[in-house]
Amino acid sequence: MELLIETLVGGLLAGIMYSLVALGFVLIYKASGVFNFAQGAMVLFAALTFVCLVERGFSFALAFGASLLAMCVVAVAIERFVLRHLVNRSPVTLFMATLGVSYVLEGVAQAIWGADVHGLELGIDDIPVPVLGMRLSRFDLFASLIAGLLVTVLSLAATKTRIGLSLRAVADDPLAALSVGVRLPAIWRTVWSLAGLVGLIAGLLWGARSGVQFSLTLVVLKAMPVLIIGGFDSIGGAIMGGLIVGAAEKLAEAELGPIIGGGIENWFPYLLAVGFLMLRPSGLFGDRAIERV
Amino acid sequence: MSLRSAPRSVSNIRALPVLALAAFGVIPLLGNDYWFTAILIPWLILSLAGIGLNLLTGYAGQLSVGTAAFMSIGAYTAYNFALRLPELPLLASFAAAGCSAALVGAVVGLPSMRIKGFYLVVCTLTVQFFVEWVFTRYRWFSNDNASGLVSVPPLSVLGYNLSNPLGRYMITLTVVTALTALAVGIATSELGRRFMAVRDMDTAAAVIGIPVRRTKLLAFAISSFYCGVAGALWGFTYLGSFDPHAWDLTRSFQVLFIIIIGGMGSILGNFLGAAFILLLPIAMSQLASLLFGGWIDQGALENYKKIVFGTLIVVFLIKEPLGLAKLWRSSRERARLWPLRQW
Repeated sequence: MELLIETLVGGLLAGIMYSLVALGFVLIYKASGVFNFAQGAMVLFAALTFVCLVERGFSFALAFGASLLAMCVVAVAIERFVLRHLVNRSPVTLFMATLGVSYVLEGVAQAIWGADVHGLELGIDDIPVPVLGMRLSRFDLFASLIAGLLVTVLSLAATKTRIGLSLRAVADDPLAALSVGVRLPAIWRTVWSLAGLVGLIAGLLWGARSGVQFSLTLVVLKAMPVLIIGGFDSIGGAIMGGLIVGAAEKLAEAELGPIIGGGIENWFPYLLAVGFLMLRPSGLFGDRAIERV
Repeated sequence: MSLRSAPRSVSNIRALPVLALAAFGVIPLLGNDYWFTAILIPWLILSLAGIGLNLLTGYAGQLSVGTAAFMSIGAYTAYNFALRLPELPLLASFAAAGCSAALVGAVVGLPSMRIKGFYLVVCTLTVQFFVEWVFTRYRWFSNDNASGLVSVPPLSVLGYNLSNPLGRYMITLTVVTALTALAVGIATSELGRRFMAVRDMDTAAAVIGIPVRRTKLLAFAISSFYCGVAGALWGFTYLGSFDPHAWDLTRSFQVLFIIIIGGMGSILGNFLGAAFILLLPIAMSQLASLLFGGWIDQGALENYKKIVFGTLIVVFLIKEPLGLAKLWRSSRERARLWPLRQW
């Protein structure tokens, strides 16, 4: 029983890491209706830039700032060269365009910084610490703290600031937002930069966990079921989805794994997500779409 | 999806006998083993897989990123039929491959009755990962080989051994030609029009009396049939020996890129797109070694290929959503009118 609870809590904490990646998706989907497959490539690009700058003698803060700047440049470029030309096209077309963008980003990141695996040291050891009689990873606790902080800041920014207001206006009704003078391209640039910031943070945490390398782009595949369960357009949903996926994945591996064979964590979250979909086609917290003919 | 293309009558019917003569008669005489094994066979098979995905995505409007999973189902079905029923003709095991893929495809299509768009993408991703896991985990499919690697038995049709490159080319060409003809039939038939009606607006399609759910399921089944046969061919006539990772997510994306670049809602486009996808990397490698002669190492070249591919995807989506097929049609039109100008 104790082991079960420990597995569960461990899974919940790991799930937070998925939520971090999913957050970047939700931001972009809310504001521009784009399902951004390139988020994984953005995570790689940001983390790789950061780690290579640190290796070249930059301080933490300086490298962080420079990487953030790089992500903003990426965001502006994506808006200028991709989104602007695809206004009014179907969501599936936009999705495929982000597939192309992810290829470009992966190629550019590795062309500039090389394809080596980089270790990343954030100064937090991955050692178990006792909490309420359970042994939890200190790193996971730190990651959940960061995620919680990020969600709080993002929610506050969305509700309290002027730019947050225009973000929500665009998410609610782009045409109405345009007609009252919200600048759509500027909003897109902001949101993609924000997603870059989230990607940078996710990249640092994931990179510290498993090394900064190409496989970072695969976290995008981990985030997909999280999004389905939580809903594409809900920040809170991204966190809930991450928790559900993390816990279910660990429990399934521990309980189901011995029966049908290990290594099921690649597809089990997806199956779970499809199960959720059959019950609630727009996710737990997603807005139900109403269609007109 | 807002890509509209009405079924056109086959206007270039006169070119068909010439093409057939070239493919069945001239190329076997001229081609060498490199061309058969490295270019022509994969080109034909990828085109077939492209047709499969195009019927589902380009015609019926249901985006799928699980193409490779259906291909691997086809390959492993064909392998197991060939292994366990050696008296079964080769082409029959290919047909079985298509049918079993179609069966799984219909099951995968079930969620499409209720959900659409990105959510459906995730369903097809589920299949992609699940199928790869099943074939890796359960060794029965690969005849209890520890590494999951299987080698196909010698290919023979009607008692002739066709395991040499030319024979494999002829098998591939025959199957692909027959299925392409069938696909043209489907695309221009009532069923094809139903697909397009569902794609353009499923609610409106339902209103005019098209059974949307059945049409979607049928699209999934037919598409998977094509992918299954393509997978069987990929395993049997192209690879010869394979493991489940021959059909990973990258392969699915490759086929998706073929239909984006070749042209959604076009049969010809799949052949153009597959040729482009296959030849571009080769051309880039050749060009790099010609211009820089060993300055650029393999890893860097891979990155540049990725950048070029990604850029091309975006450029095609922006400039020519109907792909190379549309470019081909309009340039033909221009050539027909030459020297008059098209206003």
